[in-house]
Amino acid sequence: MARRKRFALLAEFGVLLALVAEGAIFAALSPYFFTPENILNVSLQTSIIAIIAAGMTFVILTAGIDLSVGSVVAFTGVIATALLQLDLPFAAALGVAVLAGICIGTLSGAVAGLLVTKLNITPFIVTLALMTIWRGAAFLFTDGRPIWDLPEEFSTLAGARVLEVPVPTIVMLAVFAVGYIVLTRTPFGRYVYAVGGNREAARLAGIRTDRVIIGVYMLCGFLAAVSGILLASRLNSGQPNAGLMYELDVIAAVVVGGTSLFGGRGSIVGTFVGAMLIGVLRNGLNLLNVSSYLQMIFVGAVILLAVALDRFR
Amino acid sequence: MLPLLEMRSIRKEYPGVLALDGVDFEVFPGEVHCLLGENGAGKSTLMKILAGALAADAGSILLEGSEVAIDSPTAAQALGIGMIYQDFKLVPELSAAENIMLGHEPRSAGGYFLDRHATGVKAASVLKDLGEEIPMNVPVRSLSLARRQFVEIAKALSREVKILILDEPSVSLTSHELANLFEAVRKLKAFGVGVVYISHRLEEIFEIGDRITVLRDGKKVGTAGVSGAKKADLIRWMVGRELSGEYPRRRKDAGDELLRLEHVAGGIVHGADLVLSKGEVLGLGGLAGAGRTELARIIFGTGPLEGGRILFDGEEIRPRSPRSAIDMGIGYLSEDRNSEGLLLQMSVRENMTLSSMNAVTKGLFIDKKLERGACDRFIRQLSIKTPDMERKVDELSGGNRQKVILARWLMTNSRVLIFDEPTAGIDVGVKFEIYSLIDTLAAGGMGVIVISSDLNELLGISDRIAVMSGGTITGVLRRGEATQERVMELAMSEVQTGSRTR
Repeated sequence: MARRKRFALLAEFGVLLALVAEGAIFAALSPYFFTPENILNVSLQTSIIAIIAAGMTFVILTAGIDLSVGSVVAFTGVIATALLQLDLPFAAALGVAVLAGICIGTLSGAVAGLLVTKLNITPFIVTLALMTIWRGAAFLFTDGRPIWDLPEEFSTLAGARVLEVPVPTIVMLAVFAVGYIVLTRTPFGRYVYAVGGNREAARLAGIRTDRVIIGVYMLCGFLAAVSGILLASRLNSGQPNAGLMYELDVIAAVVVGGTSLFGGRGSIVGTFVGAMLIGVLRNGLNLLNVSSYLQMIFVGAVILLAVALDRFR
Repeated sequence: MLPLLEMRSIRKEYPGVLALDGVDFEVFPGEVHCLLGENGAGKSTLMKILAGALAADAGSILLEGSEVAIDSPTAAQALGIGMIYQDFKLVPELSAAENIMLGHEPRSAGGYFLDRHATGVKAASVLKDLGEEIPMNVPVRSLSLARRQFVEIAKALSREVKILILDEPSVSLTSHELANLFEAVRKLKAFGVGVVYISHRLEEIFEIGDRITVLRDGKKVGTAGVSGAKKADLIRWMVGRELSGEYPRRRKDAGDELLRLEHVAGGIVHGADLVLSKGEVLGLGGLAGAGRTELARIIFGTGPLEGGRILFDGEEIRPRSPRSAIDMGIGYLSEDRNSEGLLLQMSVRENMTLSSMNAVTKGLFIDKKLERGACDRFIRQLSIKTPDMERKVDELSGGNRQKVILARWLMTNSRVLIFDEPTAGIDVGVKFEIYSLIDTLAAGGMGVIVISSDLNELLGISDRIAVMSGGTITGVLRRGEATQERVMELAMSEVQTGSRTR
C-alpha cells in the first residue's frame, strides 16, 4: 500500500513539480513574477478557465467531453447582461441575471446529458452541436454587437477584492474545494469514477448511470455559466464572441492535470495544478515579452510534454 | 523419438517474485501435453516465453533438436509456434477468411492487390481440414465464441504451425462445442502438431491429453502420462494438499418459496417456469445459447420482461433496472467478471461498497470508518487474499476477484443471488472455497441460482437442477436423480418454437 500510495503521490507531484519548476524559472527571469500582486493576477486570469475545468473534470472522468462550454460562457453572458438592462433596482436585476444565466448553463448541460444517455449519441457530437447552437444564439440575440451600458456596480462583481484577493479567485478556490469534496467524499463522486471506468459494470452494480452522466453535464454547464457571468462582469459587457475556444483551454487544463480522456482516472487537484501550469506559463511569457504567437507554440509544447510524462505513470 | 520442443531450465524472475524456477518442459510431435497448475503457478509465463511475448532470464529452448532464440512473437510464429489466447486476437470487422489469412494474404496482380478469391479458398481448405464449417463472409464479431475459437485455430494452422498453445480454450464453450474442439485437436495431433493445452478442468485433460505436467509456485512438480494419473494425485500436486472432497456437504431442507417464475418470456426466453426456495442452490444447466444468462438478466432487470410473471415472496415484481432488482434483494454475478462486474481501476474497497453506498453514507458524505469496517469484515469472512483493501482489484487473482464481487452483493443484503459461471477461470483450490461460500449462503437462508456449463460442478453443488434448451426450461432434476447424461439429454432436447410468445 505504501509503495502504491507513494507512486500515486509522485504522479500527482509530477505536475506540481513542473509548476514549481516553471515558477522558479520565471522568478529567476523576471523580478516582477514572484510578487503577491502578480500571483493574484495569475489566479484572476486563470480563474475563468479553471472554474469551467473543475466541471469538465467530472465530465471527462465519465469518459465524456463537453465542447459547448465556451459558447455557454458567451450565451449566459449576453443573456445576463441583457437582463441587467431591465428597469429594476440593481440587486434585483443582478439576481434575475445571475439566476437566468445559471439556469441556461445548467439546462444546456441537462440537454447534453439527456442526448448522451437517452439517445446514446456520443458526447463529442452532442456538445459540438450545442457549441454551434449557443454561439449562434448569442450572435442572434445581440445581433452580433456587444451589450454595453451596464449598471456600474456590475463590473465590481468580478473586480472587487476581499482581503486583496479578487472575487473570481475566491470563487475558483471555493469551486475546487467543493469539487474535491464531492469527488472524494460522496457517493456521487464515487459513481463518477465508476461510470467512467466501465459504464456497463457500473450499471450492473446498480448505479443509475444515466443520472450520473446527466449530472456531470449539468454541473459542467452550471460552472460554465458561473464563468460566463464573471467574464461578463470583468469585460463589463455581454460579448457574443466571449469564451471563443475556451473549451480547448479547459480540456488542456484537465488533461495536463492527469485526467484520462478515457475516463475513470484523474483528479480535480490535478486539474487545478494543470490550469495553473498553463496560466503561469502565459503570464510568465507575457512578462518576458514573448510574442503571443510564440506563446501558443509554448503552450502546445507544454501540453504535449505533460501528457507524454503522464504515460510513465 | 526426438522431442519436437524442449524447454530447459527456464527461469524468469520478476521483482520480488520468482515466476519460473528452472522449469523443464517438452512436447513430442502429435502429443497433447497438458499444463496444469493454479493461477500464478507459472503456466502463462512459461507459455508466453515460448510464444515470444516474454523473455526468459535463463534457460534454453530447442526446436527439433536445435537451439532457437525466440525474442519476439514474430520470431515464434516464424518457427511455427502459435498461441491462442483466452481473449481471442481476431479483428472483429473482418470475415473468418480474412482473419485466417491475416498477415499472409494471397496477392494478385503482381502482389499489389489482395486476392479475395484465393483468400476464401485457402481459408476454407484449412477449415475443412479441421472439419468445421463456418460462414466465411460475415464479420467474425457476429460468430459465436466457439466458432471464433475455430477461426483462431485455423489461423494458426494456416501458418504451418508445429506447436499450438491453447490457453484455457474451454472457458466459454458448452459441452457440445467442446466436443468439436476436441475433434479439431485430434486432427492437429494427426498432422503431427504438438499441442500444449492449458486448462483448469481435469475432465477435459483426461479426455484429450496424453501427458500432464503440473506446475506449482514456478516449479515443475511432475509429469505423468494421462492413463496412469489419478485425479486426486493431480489436485494434490497442484495445491500441495489433499482436498477433502470436491464439493462441500451441508444440506438442510429447502425452506419456503422465495422466487417464482410463471411463463416468463423476453428475448429468446419463453414460457419459463421456475421456483426457487429459501436455502436452496438451484443449478441452471444447458448449452450456450439456451437462454440461461438471458433468463438471469430478466430477473435482474436488464433483460426485457415481455410476458409472464415474476413473484418474489408471493408478490409480483417487475425489475426494470439492476438498481430496482438490487433494492428488491436480487443480485447477479456476471460470467464476465472483468468487464461486467469489477471496476478494475478501482480499489477492493471501492468495488465492494459500490452497490450499497447508502449503507456507508452518513448525511451527504461517505463514512470512511464505516466503509472500511464493512470491507474489513467481508475480507475476513470470505478470506479474500489481498494485501490491503486499497489495492486495485486488477492486481488480484480470478478467485479473489470473484470474492470481491460476492462481498459487494452480500453488502446489499441480497436474498436471491444468481451466479453466472461462478468458477470460470478460477483455480481448483479456490473453486472449492467458492462452492463452500455458495453452500454457506444457502445454509443461511439465501436462494442461490448457479448457471454453469461445468456438469460436474452443476451436479456437485445443486439441490435441484433446472435445464434450459431453446429459450425455455426443459426439465428440473432433483439431487439424486440428476446425472450428467440426464442433464445433457434435457439440454439437447428439441423445443417447439411455435409456443414462443414473441
